Amino acid sequence: MKILVPVKRVIDYNLKPRIKADGSGVDLANIKMSMNPFDEIALEEAVRIKEAGKAEEVVAVSIGPAKAGSDTLKSARAIGADRAIHVETDEEVEPLAVAKILKAIVDEEQPQLVIMGKQAIDDDNNQTGQMLAALLGRPQGTFASKVEIDGDHVAVTREVDGGLETVRLALPAVVTTDLRLNEPRFPALPNIIKAAKKPMSTKSPADYGVDTAPRLKTLKVAEPPVRQAGEIVPDVDTLVAKLKAMGAV
Amino acid sequence: MQVYEAPLRDMRFVLDELWEEDGFGKLEALEEFDSDLTSAILEEAAKFSREVLLPLNRSGDEEGCTLENGVVRTPEGFKDAYKQFTESGWSALASDPEYGGQGLPERVNKLVEEMTCSTNLSFGLYPGLTHGGSIAIEAHATEDLKNFYLPKMISGEWSGTMCLTEAHCGTDLGLLRTKADPQDDGSYKISGAKIFISAGDHDLSDNIIHLVLARLPDAPKGVKGISLFLVPKFLPKDDGSVGPSNGVTCTAIEHKMGIKASATCQMQFEESTGWLVGEPHKGMAAMFTMMNAERLSVGIQGLGIGEAAYQSAVWYAKDRLQGRSLSGAKHPDKPADPIIVHPDVRRMLMTMRANNEGCRMLGAWVARALDAEKHATDPEVRQRASDFVALMTPVVKALFTDLGHENANLAVQVYGGHGYIRESGVEQYARDARIAMIYEGTNGIQALDLVGRKLGAHTGRYLRSFFHPVSDFIEASKGDGPMKPMIEGLEKAFGALQLSTATIAQRGLKDPEEAGAAATEYLRLMGLVAMGYCFARATMISGMKLAFGTEEKEFYDAKIKTATFYFERILPQVSAHFLSIKAGKKSMMALEEHAF
Repeated sequence: MKILVPVKRVIDYNLKPRIKADGSGVDLANIKMSMNPFDEIALEEAVRIKEAGKAEEVVAVSIGPAKAGSDTLKSARAIGADRAIHVETDEEVEPLAVAKILKAIVDEEQPQLVIMGKQAIDDDNNQTGQMLAALLGRPQGTFASKVEIDGDHVAVTREVDGGLETVRLALPAVVTTDLRLNEPRFPALPNIIKAAKKPMSTKSPADYGVDTAPRLKTLKVAEPPVRQAGEIVPDVDTLVAKLKAMGAV
Repeated sequence: MQVYEAPLRDMRFVLDELWEEDGFGKLEALEEFDSDLTSAILEEAAKFSREVLLPLNRSGDEEGCTLENGVVRTPEGFKDAYKQFTESGWSALASDPEYGGQGLPERVNKLVEEMTCSTNLSFGLYPGLTHGGSIAIEAHATEDLKNFYLPKMISGEWSGTMCLTEAHCGTDLGLLRTKADPQDDGSYKISGAKIFISAGDHDLSDNIIHLVLARLPDAPKGVKGISLFLVPKFLPKDDGSVGPSNGVTCTAIEHKMGIKASATCQMQFEESTGWLVGEPHKGMAAMFTMMNAERLSVGIQGLGIGEAAYQSAVWYAKDRLQGRSLSGAKHPDKPADPIIVHPDVRRMLMTMRANNEGCRMLGAWVARALDAEKHATDPEVRQRASDFVALMTPVVKALFTDLGHENANLAVQVYGGHGYIRESGVEQYARDARIAMIYEGTNGIQALDLVGRKLGAHTGRYLRSFFHPVSDFIEASKGDGPMKPMIEGLEKAFGALQLSTATIAQRGLKDPEEAGAAATEYLRLMGLVAMGYCFARATMISGMKLAFGTEEKEFYDAKIKTATFYFERILPQVSAHFLSIKAGKKSMMALEEHAF
């Protein structure tokens, strides 16, 4: 079995993003970037499935600027991906375009399973996995907290509002990961050294015939409003009076 | 607050840019480790140290090690971290691939060491000592011992120690009393007591391999009668599994000023079975293989703490609002300006920054010499590299640890009263950094090593490995360009170093006490000149980058500003040290002993 894992290069999760002065987006100049933590979990899961003898190959894909290839996909190979595909573009790529590119890659690579993060921590869209499954016409198991391969099926335990839901999907399928699926490993030094020798191919969106022109227009990006100081009121009556005065009730 | 992000950009600068022309030439054996690979390694090391080691630094300091029923327990979380550290292969970083190591160049290894020391000095000592022990075993032990012990030590399954000090002898090891009795099977029975043994006992590894200095029955008195023995805590079985206890016990652990999560043990050896490492009575030479490597690593400890202290101080100086800038409010929207606006706070931050960058550049040069010493194909280059390492080992050890401690103290000062409170985290740096000036030979001993053993060696050959590149650089860089003031400053400082060298050589021949009286100042003077040379090179490279256009304008611009600060505000200390050296020992020795 072959597993495809899309990974995105995003602002490091330890950092507090700063908004550009003109409100056009997040300032990424000289900012530390890392692999999207949800994708790291997806990759870890794929490598564990391979280590358990249930898959033969793990292929990592990243769509983005040169650094996505040189840094993010290098980490991916150090963690355990066998090879990497870098679709290089400096443009902002929206979820639908990502899903279309991934579909083209899936058509070419024919993986039995695509595992990816449920969302990227920069835009928090939570769309790409679902779109990809729809474009492919394949079953999807989103927000996975447990993934078990069972012959030509995969059982996915999903974190839903009411608790846990388990679905059994026929392979090939698309799975998106939630935070509790696993705890990603730190790459071992020998694997970091080996990673440099694992193959990577570099493509462009045009190679897959995908037009990445944005369908959405960002009007403005702003910091959330600063929270106002609270006030402690002596009793419920005062509270109700205040709320009425504010027009809140 | 303890804040740390590995200074990866600066590390790549010293690794890939500053020493491209290091005078040792390209090393074919290391070609595999190109910039792509080394930056991947550094990034993963940075992540590991930040996410695994840093969170255990303060808690380890608070909890410390405990001795219960003869067994030492390390603080909560250390065991897991050690397991992750060794399983990820970091313990095998620089070791010989023949025994399972990764064979990484020292130039990379030293940068990873710096990160470990920045985030958790106490933790770093455990694998650090194991590495030192494995170096001595590799250089001096028999093939059988090497094949049996090295793979397990390099993988970190077994750890190591060096057992030198006894209650009555530290610096003067000639006095030591631990005995070794030869047995019929070629082994020895070791008996005696050792103190101050770092990592002497702990719960991190399955077995602990002690390298013990002891005397054979027929040993001559003094340092010429000391031999080195390998003594395991548990006698291993032939299949490599851990067997019975070997009479090695930890009788107490020390209660220390700092590095509290590192177990410093009193050890008792009672007829413990050991094997000779190297020749009989040549233990000191074998131990020095380990010691020299350790001294460079201790220098890196100073730099590591210095960097963490700097980052934590910068964080506070930007966060703490207090008073207004002397030139008018800089942040009128806030109730006060952050203290980073004040010149005296700048003095402290810039000093720390310059200390760190200077040490990192010099350390990278010495690390390249270590690589060249091992891998250069031309014997002349190997010799020159080896001379340079010998000369610079005491400088790196003493200078880096002095400055690391200075940085830690400055960080406490930047925090003011809050720095003196445990919760701020920076007073830990001051306590942890303090030991690095003492162990592996006090900084006073390092200075004596420099003036006593290194200066005159082979009629000044060691010295030439450093003086020649500096004077060549000054000659080649003279002219009316923008570098002029810096090159002139370096030339003047270098002149003071040459004069001091001549003074010490002259007076020291007649009166060794004169050399002893000048030693500490001389070592600092040499360190200041060496860092000045590094900063001048860095400025030249950064100037070129800016002139030809770069996307990293901010980085190179900062490099030049830091270098300029160094030349204007730190390098002038050379004159004071020069005058002290010139004054000689007289006033130092004049007061009669009874008057103290």
